[in-house]
Amino acid sequence: MTYQQNHHPVLEVRNLITRVATPAGAKTVLDNVSFTLQAEETLCLAGESGSGKSVTALSIMGLLPPSARTTQGEILLEGRNLLDLSDRQMQKIRGGDIAMIFQEPMTSLNPVMTIGRQLKEAISIHQDVYGKEADAKALRALDAVRISESKRRMVQYPHELSGGMRQRVMIAMALSCNPKVLIADEPTTALDVTIQAQILTLMNELKKDFQTSIILITHDMGVVAEMADRVAVMNSGRIIEAQEVKKLFQAPSEAYTRALLKAIPRLGSMKDTPSEAKQLTPEGKPQTPVLEVRDLTVRFDINGGLLNRPVSRVHAVEKLSFDLFPGETLALVGESGCGKSTIGKSLVSLISAKGTIKIDGQEVTGLSAQELLPVRRKIQMVFQDPYAALDPRMTVGDLVGEPLVIHKLAHGRELIDRVENLFNRVGLPADAMARHPHEFSGGQRQRICIARALSLSPKIIVADESVSALDVSVQAQVLDLLQELQQELGLSYLFISHDMAVVEQVCHRVAVMLLGEIVECGPRDIVFSNPQHPYTKQLLDAVPIADPTVRRKERFLPQGEVPSPVRSLDYKPEIRSFNNLGQGHFVREYA
Amino acid sequence: MRVLKALLRRKLGAFGLLVIFMTVAVAFLAPLIAPYPPDLQLFEGLTLEGAPLPPNSQFWLGTDLLGRDLFSRLIYGAQTSLIIGVVANGAAILIGSLVGIVAGFYRGIVGSILMRFTDLMMAFPALLLAIVLAAIFKPSLWIVALVIAMVNWVQVARVIYSETVSLAERDFIAAERTLGASPLRILLKHIAPHLIYSTIVFGTLGISTTVLLEATLSFLGIGVQPPTPSWGNIIFENQTYFASAPWLVFLPGFAIVSLALGFNLVGDAMREILDPTMKGKH
Repeated sequence: MTYQQNHHPVLEVRNLITRVATPAGAKTVLDNVSFTLQAEETLCLAGESGSGKSVTALSIMGLLPPSARTTQGEILLEGRNLLDLSDRQMQKIRGGDIAMIFQEPMTSLNPVMTIGRQLKEAISIHQDVYGKEADAKALRALDAVRISESKRRMVQYPHELSGGMRQRVMIAMALSCNPKVLIADEPTTALDVTIQAQILTLMNELKKDFQTSIILITHDMGVVAEMADRVAVMNSGRIIEAQEVKKLFQAPSEAYTRALLKAIPRLGSMKDTPSEAKQLTPEGKPQTPVLEVRDLTVRFDINGGLLNRPVSRVHAVEKLSFDLFPGETLALVGESGCGKSTIGKSLVSLISAKGTIKIDGQEVTGLSAQELLPVRRKIQMVFQDPYAALDPRMTVGDLVGEPLVIHKLAHGRELIDRVENLFNRVGLPADAMARHPHEFSGGQRQRICIARALSLSPKIIVADESVSALDVSVQAQVLDLLQELQQELGLSYLFISHDMAVVEQVCHRVAVMLLGEIVECGPRDIVFSNPQHPYTKQLLDAVPIADPTVRRKERFLPQGEVPSPVRSLDYKPEIRSFNNLGQGHFVREYA
Repeated sequence: MRVLKALLRRKLGAFGLLVIFMTVAVAFLAPLIAPYPPDLQLFEGLTLEGAPLPPNSQFWLGTDLLGRDLFSRLIYGAQTSLIIGVVANGAAILIGSLVGIVAGFYRGIVGSILMRFTDLMMAFPALLLAIVLAAIFKPSLWIVALVIAMVNWVQVARVIYSETVSLAERDFIAAERTLGASPLRILLKHIAPHLIYSTIVFGTLGISTTVLLEATLSFLGIGVQPPTPSWGNIIFENQTYFASAPWLVFLPGFAIVSLALGFNLVGDAMREILDPTMKGKH
């Protein structure tokens, strides 16, 4: 451990108490938080949403919102108490001695300034260098974060860069003044896993190059295991446990930490459980699929130019075929832009698609709204963000009962009874019916969405990233609920996700998507233990593993950007065939 | 009832409601309250040189250029201003919301045609349009209200349109579609209720602009025709004497401002009460 060799504290936080004024009175959001950050150390603040991780960072930076105030404690940066400094002095510290990067690099960069100018500005403010010299420093900063074609990036605007490149620019900006401490607040949460792997590796390398200490705030225990020297686990404003990372993962001393570690989906945890084949009935006869998709194609034109004519085309989904069997969970995995959500939307007829979609034997493409109505009962969708998917002005009871009203399945007393039953079924008290969506937590809201989807007794549920917005412990509960419902009601799930570890836990079969096409498809156990397509391997390798003893060094690191499905108008998709590897495992041909 | 109770619990809202209530009461009871008929020219209402009288014990708020009692004219003017404010503004909101919501929800060709027409109306100078319309129809209180509505619906349509567009793209609307909700149901149950805030804001803010537009039209001779008093035409009749008889401008101006303020306060309070996500916050 390198950090133990030069053992002197850079930042010490002592007994920090931060309160926020709320309509219901002052609320303590940080309760006696203390920790020490050593030189060249990565300290991870881990915890679920609302645990006070970000408030800790903002307290250190002196960037708390006006309603919040640090009432007690000390923040010592090399012996100087930051809480005693004036606003002017803090401006010098921010970006100079302590730099911060945020989750969403697009909102942290000024969209109307070139990358070069923003970098130069940051450098000029803190280092008193201008003009050519600042230019040179900016370029060096970009080179340091190993961004491709750094000269060209200097004159580009933030929207011209990909998410991963923008985060590199943010890091370059943060490191341009050689800060002693870098605070990274969920720096890779908005990125795809392959890009996340690149950024994490970069941060590790830069820590050595720049001799910076890092406070990494994350909810992802995989990232913690990958990055941390030490970990502080937070819950409701308190540090529950602070430990050296290996000790924490091997022998957590607090119950909360144990529960948190237990809840994380771990890749490879299902290695020894063979996946059930649902293509056959229990008696061994072939099943009829409840959903058949053949040659599904969705393309969007991108209009532009003076006449607003199509200038390019997004090939969101290309000639895609799959079956879903009764009682089966098929996972669609892939990175952003691979078309997985588009498939979900076209299955529930939110967008029109070419090709064949047969639900329970009935063709649905080209049906009128009237003809579609009975089919809608058979296929329902659960969205990613449960709050956005619920009309905030209606009571949740009305929301869950609405499908029954629309389809004229129940009214009056019977309607209320059925809604009550649905609430009970998803583990919510029936007296919650009169409340509005904003009065519930994220997990409860997702339960409400599930209850609403169940109200029509569907055969298929399309779950589009349905658990990705939830905290791990809540995520585990919702996944359990989904599995219980499947066993009880024989539901089929199309489980759309970017998270390989979650997918491994829930699905029977998995289809890996790249650029609107399936590249590999097969039973879960086979694909996860013996991936064939290079892209599948890359995806699996990029997943951070929640075990600090297996670190990235020995592992393969994916290169480059996530490819884009935007093509020129005359692009003709290649037709590639699949190799059947037996046992239902198919791999698309690759070079 | 619940809304009214919540409204009365908020100090500013209750105050606004009081102002509106008083204006409405005065307008209704005008013949009982007013000391003189509004268009009666009194000999003793002018000085020997023919100048208007400042406020005194006989004419509480003074008299105007023709020796009419300003207090009585303001009381009757409340009728005109309220009718114009409520009717013209109501009609503008009705037309504007309808155009905006239909264009925003259905988009496509229907939406394009409606919104290009709205843009056309917006590009047309409002006053010129009002003059044209007033020239075609014979000016009367109701025609003035209609003319104002024709001019004012445009802004409402623009705002409602963009709000409908962004609402229609939200996830919960997509969720309703997947549940099989018909477009009409989505429109009425899931989009329209969200537009209530903007409508209320427009309804209250619009009343002040409406009263002022009526004043402008009256000044140009195409608004409410004298001798019928309106707060607007009282100001414009007397504005040239501002230096020597300031009460003739200030007092009707004060009436306009307080009525507009009353509606604004009530509107703000209503928005807080009707928005479930803001419940309990002030």
